[in-house]
Amino acid sequence: MARRLVRRLRSGRYKLALTDDERDVLRALPGQLIELLADGTDPSLRRLFPPAYHEAEHAGQEAEYQRLMHDDLTRRHAEALEVITATVDAGEVDTEQLHGWLRGLNELRLVIGTRLDVSEETFDRELDPADHDAPALALYAYLGWLQEHVVEALSG
Amino acid sequence: MSTPTSTPTLPRHVDEPTGDDAVEPDRPWQVIVWNDPINLMSYVTLVFQKLFGYSRDKATKLMMDVHTKGRAVVTHGTRERAELDVFRLHEHGLWATMEQA
Repeated sequence: MARRLVRRLRSGRYKLALTDDERDVLRALPGQLIELLADGTDPSLRRLFPPAYHEAEHAGQEAEYQRLMHDDLTRRHAEALEVITATVDAGEVDTEQLHGWLRGLNELRLVIGTRLDVSEETFDRELDPADHDAPALALYAYLGWLQEHVVEALSG
Repeated sequence: MSTPTSTPTLPRHVDEPTGDDAVEPDRPWQVIVWNDPINLMSYVTLVFQKLFGYSRDKATKLMMDVHTKGRAVVTHGTRERAELDVFRLHEHGLWATMEQA
């Protein structure tokens, strides 16, 4: 598939060449994750909030770090998702907004990937349409494909 | 913060250090990124370039270290600096932690 989903314009802005179906998905998913973030209890959020201090001897600092930073991190995650919702129908974004897309798409993949328990080998074999997880795996793969295009546009 | 101050008067109350807060202030902290199956390799490289101003070559090498060795030290410095870098990496969904060198 040679379709370029994200293209840099002469103006320095970026064109998002998405289909109606893609826009429908990208209009719906960020809002769902924002709700999960506001609630904060869903275990599939854990990859969005790793520990800062991983060693047991620094448990005190870790608790302090989480006390000070957790709400900020929640807000930053939500802000990236809000950029997607706010610009998905415009079809054109500036560089800062595209960085919001980059982080927001990654957050969606982290949560869906955690729910699916994906591994490095998950996509070594073809998707089996009869698999209960097939729709979610296809969605996860689509988001990764779109994110690759965003990375490529921002790396160019 | 438990850093000693040079003020001549003693504070009225001193926080006793707790066992799990045993930080040696002179040892620098290093920020580590761990391998995970979700973050795209191209994305991790871009994040290293964006956050730390690394060249594409250096960012790619660090990303490959994460991918093949399971972890890589991406920055180091004071505890405050390391906490900031960890936060920015978490903001980008990378699995980053910090430890004293």
